[in-house]
Amino acid sequence: MAMRSALGRARGIGSAKDGFHHWWIERLSAIALVPLTLWFASAVISVAGADYATFSAFLAKPWNAGLMICFICAGFLHGKMGMEVIVEDYVEPRCVQVAVRIFLNIAVYVLGVISVVSVLTVAVRG
Amino acid sequence: MTLLEERINRGGPVSPHLQVYDMFKLTSFLSIIHRVFGAGLLVGTLLFTYWIASAAAGPQAYDCAMNFLGSWFGYLLVFGWSFALFYHMCNGVRHMLWDTGRMLALKDIYQSGYVMVACASGLTVVAWVLGLSL
Ligand code: HEM
Repeated sequence: MAMRSALGRARGIGSAKDGFHHWWIERLSAIALVPLTLWFASAVISVAGADYATFSAFLAKPWNAGLMICFICAGFLHGKMGMEVIVEDYVEPRCVQVAVRIFLNIAVYVLGVISVVSVLTVAVRG
Repeated sequence: MTLLEERINRGGPVSPHLQVYDMFKLTSFLSIIHRVFGAGLLVGTLLFTYWIASAAAGPQAYDCAMNFLGSWFGYLLVFGWSFALFYHMCNGVRHMLWDTGRMLALKDIYQSGYVMVACASGLTVVAWVLGLSL
């Protein structure tokens, strides 16, 4: 250990490949999520406890459906990327980490697509 | 051998090893909670998807979902999710201010920490007061 140079020790233990891109997309989605979350909170407040007719009328407005879909996309993408960082930090060995990441990706995309399709279904049915 | 070196030798993850921090200093505590709430929010999206998909499934499924969400347990989950969301949002803004190199002195970190907790708590209270009264 002591005989190796700092560079030699650093090589192979960290990624200098797609780290920045991951970090950047995580920030972009976080920035988008600030206004989207404030909108989402006000939206939920306005339909809290509402019956089906009220809620579907709410989603039938293009602005509401559109912003809801933006919130879903930004939230799921950001949450997935954040969770990947957590998994990279704590889950070992490597083979388990890869398995967890595969599961995470599939789960998030499935839930995300179901959510978007649900919004569209309600919006179109009115 | 330090913990970091030990982990490097094993080829495993090298950060952030919670054991080396004093976990209950305000600085590290708020940071750990940011991560815990981030993960919790992602798990909580299951609840969101259930809500929105139930509406897509039709009025009956929607009523059933609203019954669950309106139960004390449903309220508990939604309350937890709302506080986690406001906390993580406010602290996320704080994170991104740090990313620009601002407010990194220890004094600022404590100060913005208190402000952040106050904002998150305030937003949660206001949201619930409005939600329950409107
Ligand atoms: C509401 C607006 C939000 C903002 C401004 C925001 C901001 C951030 C920022 C800046 C980070 C990076 C923290 C770091 O550098 O350690 C982060 C991490 C994370 N976020 Fe968010 N976030 C938001 C919403 C969400 C939502 C809705 C979810 C879940 C679906 C989520 C899940 C996560 C996760 C899992 C992490 C990783 C935590 C970590 O690495 O410690 N965030 N968020």
